[in-house]
Amino acid sequence: MKLKTELSKYVMVIATVLVILFFTIATGGKLLFAQNINNLIAQNAYVFVLATGMLLCILTGGNIDLSVGSIVCLVGAIGATMMVQNNVPMGISIVVMLLSGLLIGVWQGFLIAYIKVPPFICTLAGMLTWRGLSNVVLQGLTISPMPDKFLNMFNSYVGDIIPATANVNETATVVGIVICLFIILYKLKARADRTKKGYENPALRDEVITDVILIAVIMFFMIKLSLYKGIPVILIWVAVIVAIYGYITSKTTIGRHLYAVGGNQKATRLSGIDTKKVFFFAYANVAFLSGVTAMIVMARLNSANPTAGTNYEMDAIGSCFIGGASAYGGSGSVGGVMIGAILMGVLNLGMSIMGVDANWQKVVKGGVLLAAVVFDVVSKKKQD
Amino acid sequence: MAKNLLEMKHITKIFPGVKALDDVNFVVEQGEIHALVGENGAGKSTLMNVLSGIYPYGTYEGDIVYDGEVQKFTNIRDSEKKGIVIIHQELALIPEMTIAENMFLGVERGQKFNIDWDETYALASKYLKQVGLKDSPHTMIKDIGTGKQQLVEIAKALAKNAKLLILDEPTSSLNEDDSKALLDLLLSFKKQGLTSIIISHKISEISYCADTITILRDGATIESLTKGKDDITDDRIIQGMVGRKMTDRFPKRPADRRIGDVALEVRGWTTHHPVYTEKKVVDNVSFNVRKGEVVGIAGLMGAGRTELMMSVFGHSYGANTTGELYINGQKCVLNTPLEAIQHKLAYVTEDRKGNGLILSNPISVNTTLANLSDVSNKFGVIDIDKEVNVAKEYVKKLKTKCPGVMQNVGNLSGGNQQKVLLAKWMFANPDILILDEPTRGIDVGAKYEIYCIINDLVSEGKSVIMVSSELPEVLGMSDRIYIMNEGHMVGEVKASEATQESIMGTILHTKSY
Repeated sequence: MKLKTELSKYVMVIATVLVILFFTIATGGKLLFAQNINNLIAQNAYVFVLATGMLLCILTGGNIDLSVGSIVCLVGAIGATMMVQNNVPMGISIVVMLLSGLLIGVWQGFLIAYIKVPPFICTLAGMLTWRGLSNVVLQGLTISPMPDKFLNMFNSYVGDIIPATANVNETATVVGIVICLFIILYKLKARADRTKKGYENPALRDEVITDVILIAVIMFFMIKLSLYKGIPVILIWVAVIVAIYGYITSKTTIGRHLYAVGGNQKATRLSGIDTKKVFFFAYANVAFLSGVTAMIVMARLNSANPTAGTNYEMDAIGSCFIGGASAYGGSGSVGGVMIGAILMGVLNLGMSIMGVDANWQKVVKGGVLLAAVVFDVVSKKKQD
Repeated sequence: MAKNLLEMKHITKIFPGVKALDDVNFVVEQGEIHALVGENGAGKSTLMNVLSGIYPYGTYEGDIVYDGEVQKFTNIRDSEKKGIVIIHQELALIPEMTIAENMFLGVERGQKFNIDWDETYALASKYLKQVGLKDSPHTMIKDIGTGKQQLVEIAKALAKNAKLLILDEPTSSLNEDDSKALLDLLLSFKKQGLTSIIISHKISEISYCADTITILRDGATIESLTKGKDDITDDRIIQGMVGRKMTDRFPKRPADRRIGDVALEVRGWTTHHPVYTEKKVVDNVSFNVRKGEVVGIAGLMGAGRTELMMSVFGHSYGANTTGELYINGQKCVLNTPLEAIQHKLAYVTEDRKGNGLILSNPISVNTTLANLSDVSNKFGVIDIDKEVNVAKEYVKKLKTKCPGVMQNVGNLSGGNQQKVLLAKWMFANPDILILDEPTRGIDVGAKYEIYCIINDLVSEGKSVIMVSSELPEVLGMSDRIYIMNEGHMVGEVKASEATQESIMGTILHTKSY
């Protein structure tokens, strides 16, 4: 019984592992080539960031934001016009880009939280509006290339500490070891603190098992990166953003409020929490992160074009639901969403390596998304 | 003697853990108006739900004999086909549809894929005339008042060829004139041979129109009184409704408890329905509670007690709320629940699943929700370890039965959920606790424990306002009792001088406003 509930918590992790195994075998091991692992990160960076923002909206009650893809396009258009066509310094351009994302978010958050426009409608309107405006800004044309300085911020790799070994970038391995040591020290300190304050510690055995798995995954990953070009800078961006939001959702009152609103809005309001502010925060934030994503996308495409960001909202929403966020709100975690995004990414990459037709790829992804949500709904029903 | 239209014989209905109906016999004669009376929870609605097939055949014991045959209804359509139509207290009309559309919802005229609107509206007009409603059947439901909506419900029932009409508190939301008109309408239908069952709390109405009165109490029939044959007096009805023995179900309050100054005082409080803003739900109510005192608020369901308390708690219910509120003698304006909490008020809801707890979250999260600042630092970072410890403390203190504080609240029993809810508000460290039906739907043992918690709270000098529909509980736990009816405060008594009969008498004798 207990094993079963434990297993159900990790259903998506297990599913992801199985999918990875399947594609590793089906592609004759190509999936786990160092270069492909690197590609997995570079291709999906935008999903990780957008899905993190989307999760906060979904937590508030299964609400989604359809406008993120269009915001990515508009912010990119603004940035490219400034940097490339008008030679505005990069720093100023970046600040303007982040601010325009935030401004759109404040506007949509205000409409949703205080005017009570249903999120679906409000962001559908945004999806059309921002897409239209980005075409106006770009005058229907593609702007490229981006300044090298800008590209380096996202596309480069962390330098090699031992340049002599040409094929191996040891930095990645070293960083991996440092991270693992940090995790171990942090966990030990937390245990010591709990003992000092007289709090109960979780079972040592359970913690050791999860930590060993975590460390193994990190080291495998970092060693693979060492064998290619090292740690891509984009990975650092993604890791920092994900870490910040993982912390906010699990450890802070803001995060707690998000879950509470999705779990029971009336009870939350009666507990003295300003539920409107919670909605405002979620929608302002997701647009802000869309602004961040715009830069990632510009750098990856080395351009700003009128169709950039198309369907990104679907990738983000799909990752959240596959990653175990409840379609009714109130549950889901940043970690889960990362698993969801990785699963989607592996599906994309694996099927591409295998040469599966792009249309069939969509069918498969649709099926996986549906299965994940059906699983969520059915397991909820059983609980009741 | 007229023949019996309906005989319900030896009906027993058991819900998990509760015997809602225990060998109930209920006989209705052809062509009479039969009143069914009893306290909240006496089993009136359950009995009617059994009759109308909401609880299908097989889920209860006993027989329903209707029109000379044993009936085995499996759903509400079966009973409607036989002419048994129930009109619930909460009107089941769709505001955005016209009168006629509502009347024929589910029994549309014409063919399945081609509704005959001409016939619909013609028939609707006919039935509206019968109930004396002059509005066009094209009128939207949202544009007519509740009195007229009630008439539409009756017209809808007539359109279903009702032979036995069941009305669940039909006048609870009507004013005096509308109530009188409705009862007269029932009397005129009676002349035409229609049989009705009316569930009501108003003695004046019952004696005005009923031929027979059946009294239910604690899921059992107490007696049936027939007009002209039995001696029907108010006292006899009240005695029948409340006459259970007071047993030693309440813990003794410690002797050293002191009742102090007035902690909370509310004067001239009025609030309106949030949607139908012209309707006063609470009308010019005043009350107070002292430090160390338990004040009971008695009344029937729909008396406006919950609405009063929620509007006091940071205007969390109602529109156009007016009135003055004093805490420790200081005038306060509490516009949000947060402001109420900051002024050391707590409102423990009657609806723990809807308004109180996050069922999908663990005990620990629910315990701290109203006071997160006490387990987090100034940057809003929560100390999860501390939170878990707080939750454990309260689990121990309130004897909550659970496998651990990480257990989701949704998996706990009602009594334990109630304790988590209490823990949440105790952790918010209030001075004045409003407990709304604190023991609803929980077993006797858990009730006793909650009474003990209430005693502990007042011993610490806190004030407790306890809203309860259970008269023994109000009498057993309160120092002072307010009685509310239809949005008004209709009485205030010392608990030591009150009896169940006197309180029920006060409620039932207040006239409709």
